[in-house]
Amino acid sequence: MTGTEVTGTEVTSTEMVKTTYREAMRDAIREALQRDDRVFLMGEDVGRYGGCFAVSLGLLAEFGPERIRDTPLSESAFVGAGIGAALAGMRPIVEIMTVNFSLLALDQIMNNAATLLHMSGGQCNVPLVIRMTTGAGRQVAAQHSHSLEGWYAHIPGIRVLAPATLADARGMLWTALQDPDPVLIFEHGSLYNMPGTLPADAGAVDIRSAAVRRAGTDVSLITYGGTLGTTCAAADALAGDGIDAEVVDLRSLRPLDDETISGSVARTHRAVVVDEGWRTGSLAAEVCARLMEQAFWDLDAPAERVCGAEVPMPYPRHLEEAALPRAEAIVAAARRAVGGGLT
Amino acid sequence: MPVLGADMDEGTILEWLVKPGDEVRKGDVIAVVDTAKSAIEVESFSTGRVERLVVGVGETVPVGTPLAVLTEPGGERAQPAVPAAGTQRTRRDRRAERPAQQVPAPRPASPVIRHRARELGIDLAALHGTGPDGTVTREDLEHAAAGPAPPAARQPAAGPEPARSRRKPAPRAGRRRATPLARRLAAELGVDLAAVAGTGPAGAIRAADVRLAAPGGERGRPAAAATATARSAAERNQSMRQAIARLMARSKREIPHYYVSNTADMTHAMSWLRDRNREVDVSQRLVPSALLLKAVALAARRVPRLNGYWVDDAFRPAEAVHLGVAVSLRGGGVLTPAIHDAADLPLGELMARLRDLVTRARSGRLRACELTDGTITVTNLGDQGVESVYGVIYPPQVALVGFGRIVERAVAAGGLVGARPAVTTTLAADHRATDGYAGSRFLSALAGLLQRPEAL
Amino acid sequence: MSTAAAKALQPRAAHQRDLLRQMLAIRRFEDTCAELYSAGEIRGFVHLYIGEEAVAVGVSAALTADDSIVSTYRDHGHALARGLPLDSVMAEMYGKTTGCSRGRGGSMHLFDVSRRFYGGNAIVGGGLPLAVGIALADKLRGDSRVTACFFGDGAVAEGEFHECMNLAALWDLPVLFCCENNLYAMGTALVRAQAQTDLALRAGSYGMPAWPVDGMDVLAVEHAARSAVGAVRAGGGPHFLELRTYRFRAHSMYDPELYRDKSEVQEWKKRDPVALLAGRLRDSGECTDAEFQAMSDELTAEIDAAIAAARAAPVEPVADLTRFVYHPEPK
Repeated sequence: MTGTEVTGTEVTSTEMVKTTYREAMRDAIREALQRDDRVFLMGEDVGRYGGCFAVSLGLLAEFGPERIRDTPLSESAFVGAGIGAALAGMRPIVEIMTVNFSLLALDQIMNNAATLLHMSGGQCNVPLVIRMTTGAGRQVAAQHSHSLEGWYAHIPGIRVLAPATLADARGMLWTALQDPDPVLIFEHGSLYNMPGTLPADAGAVDIRSAAVRRAGTDVSLITYGGTLGTTCAAADALAGDGIDAEVVDLRSLRPLDDETISGSVARTHRAVVVDEGWRTGSLAAEVCARLMEQAFWDLDAPAERVCGAEVPMPYPRHLEEAALPRAEAIVAAARRAVGGGLT
Repeated sequence: MPVLGADMDEGTILEWLVKPGDEVRKGDVIAVVDTAKSAIEVESFSTGRVERLVVGVGETVPVGTPLAVLTEPGGERAQPAVPAAGTQRTRRDRRAERPAQQVPAPRPASPVIRHRARELGIDLAALHGTGPDGTVTREDLEHAAAGPAPPAARQPAAGPEPARSRRKPAPRAGRRRATPLARRLAAELGVDLAAVAGTGPAGAIRAADVRLAAPGGERGRPAAAATATARSAAERNQSMRQAIARLMARSKREIPHYYVSNTADMTHAMSWLRDRNREVDVSQRLVPSALLLKAVALAARRVPRLNGYWVDDAFRPAEAVHLGVAVSLRGGGVLTPAIHDAADLPLGELMARLRDLVTRARSGRLRACELTDGTITVTNLGDQGVESVYGVIYPPQVALVGFGRIVERAVAAGGLVGARPAVTTTLAADHRATDGYAGSRFLSALAGLLQRPEAL
Repeated sequence: MSTAAAKALQPRAAHQRDLLRQMLAIRRFEDTCAELYSAGEIRGFVHLYIGEEAVAVGVSAALTADDSIVSTYRDHGHALARGLPLDSVMAEMYGKTTGCSRGRGGSMHLFDVSRRFYGGNAIVGGGLPLAVGIALADKLRGDSRVTACFFGDGAVAEGEFHECMNLAALWDLPVLFCCENNLYAMGTALVRAQAQTDLALRAGSYGMPAWPVDGMDVLAVEHAARSAVGAVRAGGGPHFLELRTYRFRAHSMYDPELYRDKSEVQEWKKRDPVALLAGRLRDSGECTDAEFQAMSDELTAEIDAAIAAARAAPVEPVADLTRFVYHPEPK
């Protein structure tokens, strides 16, 4: 990660306060707990430990052990319990420590959370929010580093969000809790320390649209989550070459905001999709396929993909870096796409 | 035949446990049926006397087929034992609606066959296969491609019309590679793609190429798409002239030029080039310029003091050789885009870059870095028929190499006069950075390199 | 007045006749499903409850309308015992919009949230965490509801079972775990799958009261369930009943039954829960053969009417294919 701060387009007025992605997320949880009695947080080490990534630090003292609920290491049971509690009228926030661990609860997410509404003929809403850490960049090797949100985005019946900015870290949770369907929020582990400022009264944001983080005319760099900073850095580098790149932050991975994605490519005629997930069958593949379906006649070059290398994440720093989408690779892909054909 | 599982379509009677005249009660096991999974007992859902067995042992029938007829107790009305009367009709009707089931649907053709069919332009769906389960074989394909319809004996009565299977091979040549946007624009602007020069990978036509080819060139763009950059050709020309004027005046004002020249024998180079070009595809052929450029790049590496910049009263050598190439524009003016790392490029690649650069320079599609990265520049006016050119250095560069036309000259060698192709090479260099000695070394090295074209 | 309270006031004989009628309704319904399935009228995977009727009926008798139920893929009996209209369950078999899940679920996914019946779940063990969560919600809100969670002996081998036993006991949640031990996880006998076949013992290891019950005797089941439900409702934390029962038919509609002896099936049929209670009531003169026959005829007529209604009911239009994936429905 470059640590490049990317500010949301939502930012408007009032006093600005310094914060971090982690604090913004904590503020969002705190606000939800204050505003709605039905909300509670549960997961491994969310209470006394303060959260594996310190997101919920201090909340136990504030809200007590009933609402900041430590669970045993039973992903399937506590995710399923979150589904059951949502069925019975609560608004649970379930935290799963990392996306790799979420596979232990995949049955509950897929076979119950995503499915109950349909197989009950519309009777069983599951207003549940599941938060989890995703992504690499911290040298935590092959069982803590993957970006599997693309898999989840395959499943009809759930919403999948990827907050990449402070404003989204602060604002997505509340909107997600208002949604009657299950929402998965993927927080990239390298973002928690990201500093920046937010308006003192920052609050809920929409969770349905993608955002153009940087307007440009020559190529659309489409990304989300942890690679937004890298992608913006690549856009800076491209500007030095006279290539004016637009950066699109998907924000919602399911459903995808086709209008914003295709709209951007209709302006720039070229697309580079950046996705930390493995290339094969990736979210990037889905975005490219949709560009074929929806923006084919606007394309002036083949869509490019910059994805994670197809390897379980290795431990050493240099190999991990080599496995992740880097700004240089994005720049190279954008250059290929633009070629000499700037219009 | 009852449905005994979600995946069961048919069953085979293995054994009858009742015979005509037997009394059966609801729930009694009356037969054993072999399904895809295993042998399963079949129960009766009715009570009555077995009138007759409809399906014999060993017979395979689809689910829904009556297996036996029972007479209801106390009545003469016979009913099929399995399944119940009302439902059996449903099943039978459903089957009747799908007569195609009687003829097994042809299996899909293999990838090889599909590929060959595409090559031949034949619609596989319209073909009747003679392979196992109606698979289309290579023979079927070749037959369809060759001409007359397959012999009647090969066709089942219900088979599709073979006449439809014959198609003219699809034309393969003549298709231009063009991006979707370029195609759309061409249609909108009324541009014939066949007449457009593509500047994309492998000559693909891109939107910019179409716009350039459109009536009125850049002005052919739809008004909505026009931007501030879409200036008229005259305006562009004017501003380019001014830029050249500024740069060249600065060069002559600031740089103390010195000049040296030499004649390089091109005999080996030209014959090597001829031999090489004879062996390769047209698209891979080289022009002499490629050899000249590569030789300059290598010579610049040998005399590094000529490759770099004069900045802040000091010479700064460049690490790589980015070869500026002077490209004269059709509407007047000249640009000197650079071929990056020219010394390391194989001739073919260098040739491709040169072509690409010239096309893009002429269509105004150069990248900023290409215009600023040159470390030494070459101007070749040979095509224009001149014998030699003494150029003006592009500041902050310190050297400019000029080539004239390659012509046959009378050359004395070893006491004999012969006609040999040769080229006049010149060097304009910045006296602040080097002296005539370096310039001479450079041109000698260049001439030497051109004697060993195979090493370029 | 709650259903349970009303039942408590019924004269004993009337109550037992009601239990018999419920069991017989399930039996007749399942018999009919077998016939309809054979005829190809209903499809998919259909798991019949024949032989296990006493479990659903006995447990349901101990619950109130406020309590919640989580079921399995063998859910017809649970649904009917819970009071889902027979019409709506039959229509679900036919995949019609009048079905209890609008035809979207089929045999394995019967739902009726208005009766707090949270569905047949076709992932073995998959319903356990839901039950734990529903109970957690009740506890957080301070409601005095009980959640009854049905599952089979096969689920005991799943990791989710142990996670949920632990979680429910750890958090003192008001769940009644009802393990329907019919001795076979599909075709794998309990002894071939479990190192410890005393299932109550295993649940007990999590610190919750757990005991085995004769699952063929509806009165025994009801008695045990009443006692357990009372304790759970009183704040005694989760309880576990191992209901020892047996399915008389194949795992799913038909199978070759290579995994068990016919003699074993015959032995268990001697303890047929319907015949057991019917015999008792006949012996005590509280339900004569004629009365039983009348009851049976009445149920047959009810089922025939349900079939006719289901056949006539509309199917969901294909245009609505992707309804109920998100709420509200996509535009």
